[in-house]
Amino acid sequence: MKRKIIVCSGSACIDPGGKRLEPELRRILGDKNAFDLVEIEEAVCYGHCGSCPMIVVEPEGTFYGELNSEKLARIIDEHIIGGQPVEALLATQPMDTSRIRMLGSADFFGKQLRITLRNCGIIDPESFDDYLQMRGYEALAKVLEQMTPEQVISEVEKSGMRGRGGGGYPTGLKWRQSTGHDEEKSFVICNADEGDPGAFMDRSAIEGDPFCILEGMTIGGYAIGATQGYVYVRAEYPLAIKRLRYAIDEARKRGLLGKSIFGTNFNFDIDIRLGAGAFVCGEETALIASIEGRRGMPRPRPPYPAQSGLWGYPTLINNVETWANVPAIFLNGADWFAGIGTEKSKGTKVFALAGKIKNTGLVEVPMGTTLREIIYDIGGGIKNDKKFKAVQTGGPSGGCIPEQFLDTPVDYESLMKAGSIMGSGGMIVMDEDTCMVDVAKFFLTFTQDESCGKCTPCREGTKRLLEILTRITEGKGVPEDLQKLEHLGKTVKRASLCGLGQSAPNPILSTLQNFREEYEAHINEKRCPAGVCSALLNYYVDPDKCVGCTLCAKVCPVKCISGEPKKTHVIDTSICIKCGECKKKCPVKAIYRK
Amino acid sequence: MACSCCENQFDDLTQYISGVFDPEHPQSSLISILHHAQERYGYLSKDVIEHIAQVTEVPAAEIYGVVTFYSLFKTKPQGKHRISVCMGTACYIRGGAKILEALEDMLDIKPGETTEDMLFTLSETRCIGACGLAPIMTVDDKVYGRVEPEQVKGIIAEWREKAEKV
Ligand SMILES: Cc1cc2nc3c(=O)[nH]c(=O)nc-3n(C[C@H](O)[C@H](O)[C@H](O)COP(=O)(O)O)c2cc1C
Ligand code: SF4
Ligand code: SF4
Ligand code: SF4
Ligand code: FES
Repeated sequence: MKRKIIVCSGSACIDPGGKRLEPELRRILGDKNAFDLVEIEEAVCYGHCGSCPMIVVEPEGTFYGELNSEKLARIIDEHIIGGQPVEALLATQPMDTSRIRMLGSADFFGKQLRITLRNCGIIDPESFDDYLQMRGYEALAKVLEQMTPEQVISEVEKSGMRGRGGGGYPTGLKWRQSTGHDEEKSFVICNADEGDPGAFMDRSAIEGDPFCILEGMTIGGYAIGATQGYVYVRAEYPLAIKRLRYAIDEARKRGLLGKSIFGTNFNFDIDIRLGAGAFVCGEETALIASIEGRRGMPRPRPPYPAQSGLWGYPTLINNVETWANVPAIFLNGADWFAGIGTEKSKGTKVFALAGKIKNTGLVEVPMGTTLREIIYDIGGGIKNDKKFKAVQTGGPSGGCIPEQFLDTPVDYESLMKAGSIMGSGGMIVMDEDTCMVDVAKFFLTFTQDESCGKCTPCREGTKRLLEILTRITEGKGVPEDLQKLEHLGKTVKRASLCGLGQSAPNPILSTLQNFREEYEAHINEKRCPAGVCSALLNYYVDPDKCVGCTLCAKVCPVKCISGEPKKTHVIDTSICIKCGECKKKCPVKAIYRK
Repeated sequence: MACSCCENQFDDLTQYISGVFDPEHPQSSLISILHHAQERYGYLSKDVIEHIAQVTEVPAAEIYGVVTFYSLFKTKPQGKHRISVCMGTACYIRGGAKILEALEDMLDIKPGETTEDMLFTLSETRCIGACGLAPIMTVDDKVYGRVEPEQVKGIIAEWREKAEKV
C-alpha cells in the first residue's frame, strides 16, 4: 500500500529552529530508500500551530506534531516502512476534518464549525482543480445563470451576514448602497491588510484557500456592476501573495476572470495591490488612498466608499473573511446561513487564539459560542496550569475581558457589553503573570506609533496617554493620573477622525474598568503585582543558592552588594540602581528580581 | 529627461515601470514600483527616487511623502542581514521584549539602526502569524521560534560565521 504524507506548508509551520519539514522529510526518505512507499502532498495550515511542525499520514489519518529530524526518521521507520503508527509521537490534541480522521480526543475541533476555512488544509492551495472538486465556482455559475444582481443582493441581505473586518456592518446593506449610482465605473476591494498585531486569520485563509475569496469578489462584482477588483494585501505576507497570484492567473486562464465570464456578458478582473507597513491603511478610506499610490491617510466619512471610493467611483470594500463566506451562502442558501449563530450575529467567526494558552491556532466557531468554550474546551485552558486573568479581543481597538465575563457568547453586541469588541478575530489569553498596565502600555505604544498624525486628538492624545502610562509603570504615577487617563481617553475617542483614534483608548479604559486595583498598586504602593514592570522590581540574592564567589559585588557599579568570600551576599535595595549587571554575572543564578 | 548615466544604471527599473504603469492613474503603481526598487537596490536612495519621478512624472516631493509614510520603505543603506523581533501581542505576552533587549545589548544598536560593520540591521516587526511559537525572531527569511534570551548569542554567532565564510 502506498501511503501519503501531508505536510503543512503554512508560513508558520516551522520548528523552533526555523526549519521547514519538507526538505528534511525528502532527505530522510532518500536516505532510507523509502521514496516509493509514499507520496508527499502539501496542504496549508491546519490552524493547530501549537503542534507545529506537523504531518498527517494517510490513509490512517494519523496526525504527528512537534516534529524534528529524529522523530521524522522514527515515523518513517516504524509507520511508513513498518506499518505501525508511532503512538508516542501523536499530536496531543488531534483534530478532525472531513479528510483527516484522528485518533484519540478531538476536542480542538469538536466545537468548531468550518465555513470560512472550509477548504483550508483540505485542498492544495496551489491546485485550482482541487478547488473545483470542492464545488468551487458552482456558486458563481449559479449566480450568473439564474440570478439578477438585485436577487444576489437580496440573498446576501437575507443571510444576515455582517462584515468580519471588525465593525460588523451588515454586508447586504453595504452591497445595496454600492449600487444605483450613475457612475460609469465601480470597484470591488478585498481588505487583506490584517493589521491587528497578534492575529493571522486572514493570512491563513488566503494561504489555505485563495480561490474562494476571488469567487466571492467576482459575485460581489456582478451584484454591484463592477468590472475591476483589487486585493489589498500586506507586503509582509509573501506566501499569501504568491498563492493569490497563482489563483488569479489560473482563474484568468480558465475564463473565470476577464471577459465574458462563463460565456455571459459579465466582465470582471482582479489585481493585487501591496501595502507597505502602515496599520492605518486597514481603514477603508486610507486603504483606498494607498491603492491610489498616495500616503495612506483616512479622510472624513461621509461620503462612504460605497458612494465615492477609489478615484471617486462607488467602491465596495469587504474583509477577507467576509468574501470567503460569500460563495458558501450561495451554495447552501441564505436560510442555511441565517440558521447558524445568534439572532443578530449570523454564521461563524474565525479567531486566532494565542498567548498563554495550551493550544494556539485558528479556531472557527458558530457565533454565540462562549469565551469559556473557546478558551477551555478548544484551547485546552491556560498554559502551565496558571491562573486565567483576562482575554483580549479586538487587538489595539479592543479590550481585556476578565474572568467574570467568560460566559459571554461571542457576538458583536455581547462582546461590546463586556467592554471589548469582536474586532477582526485576534484573541490573546493572559494569565496571572501578565501586568494589565503593561498590556495597556503595549497597545498604546502601538497605536501611538501608527497614528497617521492627520488629526490632533489622536496624534497628541495618544502621546499624552502613553506618557501617563509609562510614568505609572516606572513608579512615578500619582493618584490623579487615573482620572486623567479616563478623561483624556474619552476625549480622544470622541474627537478623533478615524477608527484608529476613536478606539485607541479602549485598551486603557477597559483595563481601568476591570483591573483598577493593578493601576492602584503601581501608583500607591509602587508595586507591580504581576512582577513585570522592571522599574518596580528589586534585585535579591537567594541565600540558598549563593556560593559567595564575590563576582556580583565586584561588578556592581554602586557597590551596594556586601558579603564576605564564601558567605552569602546581600543587596542593599535602597542604593541599587537596578542595572542588572550582578544578575548577568552570577555563575549560579542566585540573583532574582521580584 | 534623465541623464544617460542614470539611464543605464536604472535600466531595469525603467523597464519594470513601463510594465506596470497605468497612464489613466499615473500614481497608482507607485507603491509597487517602490517595492521593486527597494528589492533591487537595497534601499531607496535619492537617485532612485529622482529616477522614478522622471519616468512616472510624479513629483519627487510627492514620492518622498509616500516613502516616508510607509515603514517598510528605507531611505538609508541597510545591513547585510535584517534581524527582526516580533512585537506582536502574542510574542510580547511571551517575552519578546526580552529578546529585543538581549539583541540590543549584543549588537549595541537600537531598532532601526545598523551595526558599524554593516552586517546587521535591527528592527521590530509585528505578528508574522507564527504566534504558536512565540516569541519569534527572524534573520532575513529564517524564523526562530520559542527563542530564549540566552539563545540570541548563538544565533548571531551563526550568522557572523556565515558572513565571514563568504
Ligand atoms: C485603524 C483601522 C484598521 C483597520 N484594519 C482593518 C484590517 O486590517 N482588515 C479589515 O478587514 N478591516 C480593517 N478595518 C476596517 C475597515 O475600515 C473596513 O470597515 C472593513 O474592511 C470593511 O469590511 P467588512 O464590512 O467586511 O468588515 C480597520 C479599520 C480601522 C479604523
Ligand atoms: S484618528 Fe489617528 S489615525 Fe485616524 S486620521 Fe486621526 S491621526 Fe490619523
Ligand atoms: S542591579 Fe546593579 S546596582 Fe543593583 S545590586 Fe546588581 S549590580 Fe548593583
Ligand atoms: S555572584 Fe551569585 S554566587 Fe557569587 S556572591 Fe554574588 S550572588 Fe553569590
Ligand atoms: S505575535 Fe509574534 S508571531 Fe504573532
